[in-house]
Amino acid sequence: MSVAHLIKSFTLWEFVKAHALTLKYFFKEKATVNYPYEKNPLSPRFRGEHALRRYPNGEERCIACKLCEAICPAQAITIEAEPRDDGSRRTTRYDIDMTKCIFCGFCQEACPVDAVVEGPNFEYATETREELLYDKAKLLANGDKWERAIAANLEADAPYR
Amino acid sequence: MTAFFQSLGLPFEAAWLIATIAGILLIALPLMLSVAMVIYVDRKIWAAMALRRGPNVVGPLGLLQSFADGLKVFLQETIVPTAANKGIFLIGPIVTFTVTLLAWAVVPFNSGAILADINVGLLYVLAISSLGVYGTIMAGWASNSKYPFFSAMRASAQMISYEVSIGFILLCVVLWADSFNLGTIVEAQKGHVFGILNGFGFNPLLFPMWVLFLISGLAETQRAPFDLTEAESELVAGYQTEYSSMSFALFWLGEYGNVLLMCALNATLFWGGYLPPLDWAPLYVVPGIIWFLLKTAFFFFVFSWVKATVPRYRYDQLMRLGWKVFLPMSLLFVFMVSGYLMLTRYGA
Repeated sequence: MSVAHLIKSFTLWEFVKAHALTLKYFFKEKATVNYPYEKNPLSPRFRGEHALRRYPNGEERCIACKLCEAICPAQAITIEAEPRDDGSRRTTRYDIDMTKCIFCGFCQEACPVDAVVEGPNFEYATETREELLYDKAKLLANGDKWERAIAANLEADAPYR
Repeated sequence: MTAFFQSLGLPFEAAWLIATIAGILLIALPLMLSVAMVIYVDRKIWAAMALRRGPNVVGPLGLLQSFADGLKVFLQETIVPTAANKGIFLIGPIVTFTVTLLAWAVVPFNSGAILADINVGLLYVLAISSLGVYGTIMAGWASNSKYPFFSAMRASAQMISYEVSIGFILLCVVLWADSFNLGTIVEAQKGHVFGILNGFGFNPLLFPMWVLFLISGLAETQRAPFDLTEAESELVAGYQTEYSSMSFALFWLGEYGNVLLMCALNATLFWGGYLPPLDWAPLYVVPGIIWFLLKTAFFFFVFSWVKATVPRYRYDQLMRLGWKVFLPMSLLFVFMVSGYLMLTRYGA
């Protein structure tokens, strides 16, 4: 045991140093984001809650090609389609099981008309499981609600695609 | 206060009884309130040092957090395990809590503001704090569960070990102050160093004793880094594992009450209690109780600071520190202090 070691242990040198460090941190700005009141910025590529978009004239974009259903690795998407009265091909059923979805974003990548997208919303916790089984109406409503944010995000990300 | 009630025309006995009950309430109720606030402050300090915010939702700045927790705990069901010894199981937390309150009787809040001005105040504190271990060991044994029992064993061994060196440390203070009465000890610290610094802690012979006392105090109150009795990774929640509802809350109140008592003792025995730090007339304008509370609050900050900084000791390290480092060191200082006093105060 050297003299330096003895002096160090009797003056509690390591403890003093450690306490100086924690005191420094005590006055530092806190890292916590005060969540419901403050939120972190999101990337335009953020993959949150799904939405089905419409064209500006109100026509839904989805053409029932079922590419999203085919590519979905979790098989969370179920689509049924029929020709509409005016002859255009549309979905009669478009369900996303949010409890299965792994938020990989493949559906969005596969979509040829930018109809199904993952929007910036991540605050859609529900009290029951059934509420997470989204149907077409819910997805279209999401699209209407988040259209501005989604459109802005798609535009911001466009140069990198 | 007895005189005041006597002046209202009461006989001495009745006046004394009412005055004592009033004094007890005057200490116990603010103490309960400050324990609630101190739990909040502890969490805040701990959080701040970990770069978190801590409780900040209930009330302004989260100030009402402890009361919300208290209400939650109060509304819960008290669960007594089937295999537990019911009577002792329920008495355990009551003992812990009561003993904590008892010790405050001899703490001087201001000159003369002391509930029981007994001449062996310090011995009383030592005796009461030794009694505190009974609550723990009753809880641990009566739970009839492995981990609480281990924890109670640890707690009793730990408290007994550190009480030995605390005894010797306090002996140094007593030798210098020439009294066991806490009020007299505080008065003895007036102008102790160079006739200007109030506090035994400024004395180079007693400063190391204060450091030992602070660390032993951490061990005595089972605070980090000596919180082996509730080491989560080994013992779940220690002796409180089987407790719920109010019995659990009583343990918490008792624990933090003890911590506050240790802080108050640090202030009283080594840093001048209700005296200002400097023996300088303008500082005496501030009432003594403010100085006392400020010092206690500061030491509570130190306790939290240590909790946020130092990792937990291993049990054998704890025992080694208590018996092989603190005991010889405090013995050596008792020898040195008494020798110094022999030479200077009492003549060779």
